[in-house]
Amino acid sequence: MTDIEAAVAAAFRQEWGHVVATLIRMTGNWDLAEECAQDAFATALARWPADGVPDRPGAWLTTTARNRALDRLRRSRTEAVKLQEVAALSAPAEPRADDSGVRDDRLRLIFTCCHPALTLEARVALTLRTLAGLTTAEIARAFLVSEATMAKRLTRAKHKIRDAGIPYRVPPAHLLPERTSGVLAVLYLLFNEGYSASAGEQVRRGDLTAEAIRLARLLAALMPDEPEAVGLLALMLLHDARGAARLDDDGELVTLEDQDRSRWNAAEIAEGLGLLDGALRRGPAGPYRLQAAIAACHARAATPADTDWARIAVLYGELRRLVPSAVVELNRAVAIAMASGPAAGLALVDDLAARGVLPAYYLLPATRADLLRRLDRRDEAAASYREALSLVPTEPERRFLQRRLAEVGG
Amino acid sequence: MRYMLLVCGQEEPEDAAADHDADEPCWAPWARELQGRGVLLVEGSQLQPVSTATTVRNDGDQVLVSDGPFAETKEQILGYDVIECADLDEAIYAAARHPATLKGGVVEVRPILASV
Repeated sequence: MTDIEAAVAAAFRQEWGHVVATLIRMTGNWDLAEECAQDAFATALARWPADGVPDRPGAWLTTTARNRALDRLRRSRTEAVKLQEVAALSAPAEPRADDSGVRDDRLRLIFTCCHPALTLEARVALTLRTLAGLTTAEIARAFLVSEATMAKRLTRAKHKIRDAGIPYRVPPAHLLPERTSGVLAVLYLLFNEGYSASAGEQVRRGDLTAEAIRLARLLAALMPDEPEAVGLLALMLLHDARGAARLDDDGELVTLEDQDRSRWNAAEIAEGLGLLDGALRRGPAGPYRLQAAIAACHARAATPADTDWARIAVLYGELRRLVPSAVVELNRAVAIAMASGPAAGLALVDDLAARGVLPAYYLLPATRADLLRRLDRRDEAAASYREALSLVPTEPERRFLQRRLAEVGG
Repeated sequence: MRYMLLVCGQEEPEDAAADHDADEPCWAPWARELQGRGVLLVEGSQLQPVSTATTVRNDGDQVLVSDGPFAETKEQILGYDVIECADLDEAIYAAARHPATLKGGVVEVRPILASV
């Protein structure tokens, strides 16, 4: 890659979302905005080798994309529509302040992409396409669907935004808390899909986790008054720091207990802990700060034996009050098993199983199997491992369970 | 933009629906609340029960008329309202505060084509 290509690639990662977000505001047309942004980056590749990289690449790209949009509108539209749209495009580029005083177009874009009137799949795809700049083919690969399917999903979402009148704005104060938690949920889902793939050969897809962290970083910067956004970023960093140690050289899954902690990413941990400390000082912790605080307990422990499981159990208890969820209860049971012994954890897991609240969730029988193994109840452990194996979604996790099943003589 | 709010739910037995003693219809406070937010209630009404519905088809040669709604489902269209407002968020607000929603019903929000 030449220096210029590298400069364009860097500008793409840095500026794509900004250029698209600005063009959507100016034209109200999502397809036109994307096409003109693409044209602007192509023009940069052609012109920057001769003209040099501009001082403010973002401003250069936005202006180029805007001029391209003006050209296309002049050529293609009827007089009345053309005059109206050209007038809008010729107006000063500075957006008006919203009710909430936020000015960055990318924040409008995030909220519109994550609007609850779109399906969750559409929200994720639209965020990756318009804000992060992934191609339709890349997003299709990441979610294991055909490019045609993903293209259809994106088109349908953009049409709904236009035809149903989904607003392009940061929600007003009375809607902001609810919509913000919706945005955080989309970014967290994106991260989890990368961190622990729901299907396929690979357990981890680093490209998605990297995009999720980049978007969470952007959101935290754009919403400085939202400590949960900072909490989400800290949570992602603390989990991602363990990514390399989570799989061994053969691609096999390594449990937290057995991970080589020297392979944890110290820079990510330091950043995550620093962000979390700041965010925890700002009012009662919400679900993302609580989960980050749990991840921090692991990150701070030099060896598995140093882990403060009692504190983790308390944090899961608080999380359960905010987010009543059987998965949270299962994790609390694991923490209690570690703090007070496997029998105490097993009682909670058995209670969950009896209530039938986590049907077809492989981690329930897998956790039960592990606790039975620790209690040396081998036959029961083997039966639970077999049940987990019938439900496990990815290959490395399947192989891990098979190794454990062999250990208990199953 | 204009939106139609399609009020869906199960029909109530006739006597339960007949509590018309109040000074004003149940939708009046809702309409006032909407007005206060700049949302205009253009028109709207409850519909007569599904037992009064007639479904009409035209296959080119002849008109086919049958008794009952176009789809036999547990939930039926009970009424409609047309509102004029800025965007979908306002329409969602109007639907969330609709008297039928407050009583456990469901409202489908559909933009009206001509308003786009």
